[in-house]
Amino acid sequence: MTCSPELLSGLRSAVSPGDVLLEPEDLIPYSFDGTAALQQMPLAVVFARTASQVAQILLLAGRTKTPVVTRGSGTGLSGGSLPSPGALVLCLAKMDKVLEVDRANLTLLAEAGATTLQIADAAAAAGLFYPPDPGSMKISTIGGNVSENSGGLRGLKYGITRSYVMGLEVVLPDGEILWTGNKCVKDVAGYSLRDLFIGSEGTLGVITKVLLKLIPPPAAKKTMVATYAQMDQAAQTVSDIIAAKIIPCTLEFLDRTTIRCVEDFAKVGLPDCEALLLMETDGHPAQVAEEALEMEQIARRNGALDVRVARDDAEANRLATARRSAFSALARVAPTTILEDATVPRSELAHMIRFVNSVATKHNLRIGTFGHMGDGNLHPTFLTDERNTAEMHRIEEAFREIFTEAIRLGGTITGEHGIGVSKKSFLPKFAGNAQMRVMRELRRALDPQGILNPGKMFD
Amino acid sequence: MDSFTPSTSRHHSDASSPPEDSRAHQPPGRVSFLKNLDYSVVQQCMHCGLCLATCPTYTATKVERHSPRGRISLMRSIADDRLKVSRTFGEEMYFCLGCLACVTACPAGVNYAELFEHARAEVEASGVLANPSRNLIRYFAIRWLFMDHSRLQLLGAGLRLYQQLGFQTLVRWSGVLRLFPKRLQELESITPDIQPDFSDDLIAPVLPARGVRRFRVAMLTGCAQDLIFSNINLDTVEVLTRNGCDVITPPSQHCCGSLHAHNGEWDLAAKLARKQIDQFPPENFDAIITNAGGCGSHLKHYSKFLGNDPAYRDRARLWDQKVKDIHEWLVQIGIEPPTREKSNSGESPRVVTYHESCHLAHGQKITSQPRKILQMIPGLKIVDLPESSWCCGSAGVYNIVQPEMAGQLLDRKLSHIRSTGADTVATGNPGCLLQLVNGARQQGWSLRVVHPVTLLAEAYRR
Repeated sequence: MTCSPELLSGLRSAVSPGDVLLEPEDLIPYSFDGTAALQQMPLAVVFARTASQVAQILLLAGRTKTPVVTRGSGTGLSGGSLPSPGALVLCLAKMDKVLEVDRANLTLLAEAGATTLQIADAAAAAGLFYPPDPGSMKISTIGGNVSENSGGLRGLKYGITRSYVMGLEVVLPDGEILWTGNKCVKDVAGYSLRDLFIGSEGTLGVITKVLLKLIPPPAAKKTMVATYAQMDQAAQTVSDIIAAKIIPCTLEFLDRTTIRCVEDFAKVGLPDCEALLLMETDGHPAQVAEEALEMEQIARRNGALDVRVARDDAEANRLATARRSAFSALARVAPTTILEDATVPRSELAHMIRFVNSVATKHNLRIGTFGHMGDGNLHPTFLTDERNTAEMHRIEEAFREIFTEAIRLGGTITGEHGIGVSKKSFLPKFAGNAQMRVMRELRRALDPQGILNPGKMFD
Repeated sequence: MDSFTPSTSRHHSDASSPPEDSRAHQPPGRVSFLKNLDYSVVQQCMHCGLCLATCPTYTATKVERHSPRGRISLMRSIADDRLKVSRTFGEEMYFCLGCLACVTACPAGVNYAELFEHARAEVEASGVLANPSRNLIRYFAIRWLFMDHSRLQLLGAGLRLYQQLGFQTLVRWSGVLRLFPKRLQELESITPDIQPDFSDDLIAPVLPARGVRRFRVAMLTGCAQDLIFSNINLDTVEVLTRNGCDVITPPSQHCCGSLHAHNGEWDLAAKLARKQIDQFPPENFDAIITNAGGCGSHLKHYSKFLGNDPAYRDRARLWDQKVKDIHEWLVQIGIEPPTREKSNSGESPRVVTYHESCHLAHGQKITSQPRKILQMIPGLKIVDLPESSWCCGSAGVYNIVQPEMAGQLLDRKLSHIRSTGADTVATGNPGCLLQLVNGARQQGWSLRVVHPVTLLAEAYRR
């Protein structure tokens, strides 16, 4: 498939010549995102640098009936930025400026292609804090974070991307530029369109600017690593901490396979054990001291082999960074790593972990599990080789069982990675007819021609 | 999964080690280095994108093709027969600095160095970049000049004459260079100052340890290092003897072959590796010392190139174990701390920052040792350099073949050095030393650029 002359000349007049890519060597690197085993060549790649360029591109796409897939850094884990067949990839990575940090109103305005780390750093430079920290924050873009409503390690206490979005600039498929939200803490004027676009996975419009809420940073924090001989003990520790009315900033879980891979890469001194909890509490120094002590006692009561406290901020950061590498580090032991993010109510966590392991055993699959235990968001990761088709089928079957169980327990099929292509077939069962109908009608209302990310989330 | 297709279809037979000389004799275009590479290396990248933020060319361009993940996807496409080796692919492989920052960043443990060397060899075997002037320059530099160190020394002596007799000053003053193409003018301006004496003139072939003899080591004098920084070689030898090492420095040494390996000429790299092993029998030494980060990164992997050669296989393995970067060796054996001169104790300390050579930091994972050595030196205040392990743009001959990107990286590096307030920057690789010297000179900045070992030797001499 090649670009029609109309599309090509339109793109070339909309943006500078260097911002249109057509050669196979340029397109192959955009034929996938962070999701395993999915590949689709795009028709072309175009970089926009302003919202009005995005508007021109969308108008052109509408005229030529060309699908458009918006992309930031391509780190998504559900195929959200995987090109749809015959699609134009609209890449916003060059719209990467932090435009304003407003200390009086505690907000930050950034272009969609700014990285999460850029935003966290800009906030920190102003003495403020942007908490959402997805695993790929070093390179993931804020536009992508908003579109996928990304979570992260601090979700338990600080919430997810949605909790920090105050306003959005969105280019609609008809080329109109819409602004929704503002710097007001309270605003109930009309439908919250802002909330509609958050997590819409590039199906309703193209987000070009994001207005974020910042908060004062915690005065103190304490990071601990608790090790266990049994996974159940770690899960029980988490349940007991929550039951003790403590909301730590982080309660991360790693199993033995993941621990080994992470240690092999990061060399932070993680012990060889069956399960590990990375726990962090932050806030007022007195409260931090008290909570840390209580968490340590709970861990020990549940049979922790050892509870180690990070000496300083540097060590705490090394531990969190090591944890963020978990998914990629698992690729050390298998060429293809397929992870999911089924999420269950926290009370069902211990059961869910046992269930995931029994499914892996039943289907004779290797698995590494880690995740955000504090918010019930697990990342069971199957370790395989995509060329092994029989095993790939067994994995699909295993996921079907895991998702069915998650739904049965009142959980969800995706906590933070989105539906994209990977979980598309599970959405109708999860969402039910009424929700599916409303979602379809909303999508049709905003994108009547169906040019934005077709084939994603639902048809 | 609807119309979205799985990415691979191909099954590969098992491993192959790097091709031996036999491959070089096959007609160009017939050899596929990437297809013969163990598929697990090609497949290791799970395209998470965590390398992107540390890749200098991606960060500067924001174009995926210029990222490690993008380049690997192209290499894999060639291995999978979905893409032909093209001119664009060739250019991309030479747009990569080969700094290996991605290797440090990669949680999945992708062996980018291996992929990169195979890809460049593939490009050279295919001839997609061939043109008369490139062929001539490559023939002259890689196949002739750097194959025999006496030729390089002859060129060095000629340049030295040009500089010493005042021709360089005359040429620069007269502006006659304006009559020549811009590239030539730029090249003239970065021509390094050749040392009055090469290593052979400065360093005796056998130097006994001072005090108690603890080790017997061999000293590699390098190519560029020998012509431009023979003083650093002398400093290195002094520091070694001072710390109980007998130092053997054979005259007329050869190039280590890193230039050849990084430019797709594996047969020549293997040939030079054999010459090195012959000249420095590894079984005779406790260590074989290099003070050039870029060379060391290659020197430690001779068995990759000689693995299929029964006559050299075992010695190559031993050689790889014996090669030590000077910083690594000094910290390993433990050195005598230099003492502060009493009369100088009132002086304010010199502010020194440390720039990491890519192949020392990412290629050899030597990051703490040079800093430890600097910290031992009295009278220095060591300050952290932001982005210290970010490439300065030198990258072998990158600054010559890709002047624009190299210039951007140099500016970025110099502005970070300025931000530290240091008047001295220490770095452990001749390419970086030259790049920073030229950069500071162009800015009219009297920054001192120095090898950490020189600072240590100076401290011992005080």
